[in-house]
Amino acid sequence: MTTLTGDRRRHARLVWRNTVAGWTFILPNFLGFAALTLVPVLVLFYVAFTNWNVFGKADWTGLANFRRMLHDASFWTALQNTAYYSVLHIPLTLAAALGLALLLNRKLRGVGFFRTAAFFPYITSIVALTYVWNLLFSPEYGPINGFLRAIGIDDPPGWTTSATWSMPAVVVVGVWRDMGYYMLLFLAGLQTIPAQLYEAAKMDGANAWQRFRNVTLPGLRPTTFLVTVLLTIGSLKVFDLILLLTNGGPGQSTLVLSQFIYQKGFMENQFGYASAVSIVLFGICFAVTAIQFLLNKRRNA
Amino acid sequence: MDTTTVSRPAGATELALPGPRRRPRTGRVARALGYLVLVAAAAALLLPFYWMVMSSLKTNNEVFTIPIKWVPESMVWNNYLDIWQRSDMTTWLRNTMLLSVVVTALQVLTGSFAAYGFAKIRFPGRDLLFLAYIGTIAVPWQSYMIPQFILMSKVQLSDTLWSIILLQAFGAFGVFLMKQYYESIPDELIEAARIDGLSEYGIYRRIMLPLSIPAVASLSLLTFVTTWNDYLGPLIYLRSPELRTIQLGLRTFITQYNAEYALILTGSVLSVLPIAVIFLFGQRYFLQGITTTGLKG
Repeated sequence: MTTLTGDRRRHARLVWRNTVAGWTFILPNFLGFAALTLVPVLVLFYVAFTNWNVFGKADWTGLANFRRMLHDASFWTALQNTAYYSVLHIPLTLAAALGLALLLNRKLRGVGFFRTAAFFPYITSIVALTYVWNLLFSPEYGPINGFLRAIGIDDPPGWTTSATWSMPAVVVVGVWRDMGYYMLLFLAGLQTIPAQLYEAAKMDGANAWQRFRNVTLPGLRPTTFLVTVLLTIGSLKVFDLILLLTNGGPGQSTLVLSQFIYQKGFMENQFGYASAVSIVLFGICFAVTAIQFLLNKRRNA
Repeated sequence: MDTTTVSRPAGATELALPGPRRRPRTGRVARALGYLVLVAAAAALLLPFYWMVMSSLKTNNEVFTIPIKWVPESMVWNNYLDIWQRSDMTTWLRNTMLLSVVVTALQVLTGSFAAYGFAKIRFPGRDLLFLAYIGTIAVPWQSYMIPQFILMSKVQLSDTLWSIILLQAFGAFGVFLMKQYYESIPDELIEAARIDGLSEYGIYRRIMLPLSIPAVASLSLLTFVTTWNDYLGPLIYLRSPELRTIQLGLRTFITQYNAEYALILTGSVLSVLPIAVIFLFGQRYFLQGITTTGLKG
């Protein structure tokens, strides 16, 4: 009996000691993480139900901000444009990243250089990049339209100056910038597929396309899932790219949710309303991620 | 005699050559096609950079010409002298350097410290806490930047460099990256150290940290580059001109001198250059860092 309680006491002391040690390791980071991420997220759900303005004066207004949103045409435009950007950006980046990864996974000379080149746009300053792309896109004298005219397109698009073509232009830059990053994830995923599977498929007489469909794609499923999740959130929250490339224009043709929040909050000082829109963005990201996880689970089951 | 010995290695390589030659023709065609696509892709990826550098060496009138001049008529190095006089480049670079170094140090320190707690010490509530960290992947910063700004203003930190330091230094990313790496270090090693009487802090400092130098390098480089390139944080928090970072400064320069293409492109090259150098030297660590967190995080 005495040894049993002694053991238990010793065990309790060990748990206590580990808890203290664990928390002291985590605490320095956790304090910053809590103060700058967790607390703001909680505060968000309060501010969104007030009319908080620049003077910090706030009255509880219930659902007023959300009702206002329902009738705010700019909000719906921003929501629509966010969806438009995502619908183009997600599949295009996915395809480009996978294509590049398959290409670089083969034993060609100079593959290392290409991998570096592909990743470079992702780590360069977005201010410089968007400026360069804006010049490249300029309708009259830009190199892109110069090239298009040279290959016989007489009336090339106005890109960032045209309401119809501004979003495709943003998507082009977005795909160009992001594909190197996701390519790296795909490359790492490809390394995990055992070479024997390909040999076995070859012996069974499978051609290149069949090997891709029946060996590569299933083998890449966890990577594809991860890339899709990251890419979706990345598309839904797109902000600095658009702010710098088109500033939401021309008109409201590229206005997205993040920028709408920024305008309402930091330019018009309507913190309450901007927070309500933030909750919508938060909710969409959260819901889409949750759905993706559920679908993935069901497919794996 | 000499010639035969010299020619022997050449003969050896020739012997090795028939290997690929014996391949079926479709293999060679596919190979050539692969190279073709690869070269095209690399050109598409790098042309904007090439154009940026070349245009920064042109006179302003030469930037837009039809047809495009791929090489400037004469290199105009003047832009690289003028920019220092016409902008506060020195201040911007100093601020950005300071921020990047402090943020990187804090992120590596607190990130690796917390990662040890998550990876190697068992205690109740640990996994739940880690879930809170993981959950923030699905929560974009854009959705809580407003309340974060309100809080930061309440404690008088907006429009100070501290705001950016706090903003960047405690990300969940560093914790993931280091935790992934620590989990690959066998527990037996730590058990043995515990039995030998080393304290948890001793294990972290004497065993984990030295063993995780590659991960520390990955995290440092990625954090440094992220802080260097951040535009949104400084845009929202820094109002005073003397606090501007390189990204913010470059942006104000663009709006101020919007027709001086060549000069602005010079500024762009200068803002990218340090990152390009860091990337070229440490690319192995960049790639490792991305793949370890991306795949398992």
